[in-house]
Amino acid sequence: MNNIEVIREDQLLDCSGLLCPMSIVKTSNAMKELGSGQILKVIATDAGYLPDVEAWSRQTGNLLLNSMAEDGKFVVFLQKS
Amino acid sequence: MSKSDPNAPKRLALIASKGTLDWAYPPFILASAAGAMGWEVGVFFTFYGLTLLKPKLTASVSPLGNPAMPMKMPFGPEEFQNINWNMPNLLMANVPGFESVATNLMKQTFKNKGVATIEELRDMCVEMDVRLIGCQMTMDVFGFKKQDFIPQAEIGGAATFLEYAADADVQLFI
Repeated sequence: MNNIEVIREDQLLDCSGLLCPMSIVKTSNAMKELGSGQILKVIATDAGYLPDVEAWSRQTGNLLLNSMAEDGKFVVFLQKS
Repeated sequence: MSKSDPNAPKRLALIASKGTLDWAYPPFILASAAGAMGWEVGVFFTFYGLTLLKPKLTASVSPLGNPAMPMKMPFGPEEFQNINWNMPNLLMANVPGFESVATNLMKQTFKNKGVATIEELRDMCVEMDVRLIGCQMTMDVFGFKKQDFIPQAEIGGAATFLEYAADADVQLFI
């Protein structure tokens, strides 16, 4: 895994307070706005977000660069394929 | 409509057969999540599920038919919100307006927790080009016309769904 400090996002998406499926739907919509290779940072509080975004990444082929959980918040970095 | 291209995206085929507030959620949640994953999605609305295609959604929920439903209050301190109120059937069946109270409580609880409304989820599905297909036979039975539904709704029969589902990777009856 990359060190989270060195990943620079091109776009930030805050999904705090949203539950399934909105956090994944918003993630997908935000990724559509990015170009290939660009990075989206997502902050989510949905407790099911990490397994869901992992599945989303496998299904869509977009790369999950890093993910971390801290104080009930989840932070992930996704790279557009 | 058949999926002949091996590189085509995955496909989800759903049947939505129930129109109450609680059962309206699963098809729209799964359809929008699949759409977000780039899947092709079709939902076939039949029997009471047809009401979910009406422009104005009036889905309600009755705790009477759902004995395991937790009855909780969406306001007050957390300890109060966690109390499961045991409602006798006699009360649920005979007190006028009980169903609308239960419906409003469920809607408020969902809102407090950050769950999208059925309308929002359906709008998402429409934006993601989810195919929403009304069952012609049950439309005839219950007296629905195509113009009673949102303009994005298509009309089809069992063969339409089966052909679509035959090429689907996931098929669910809800």
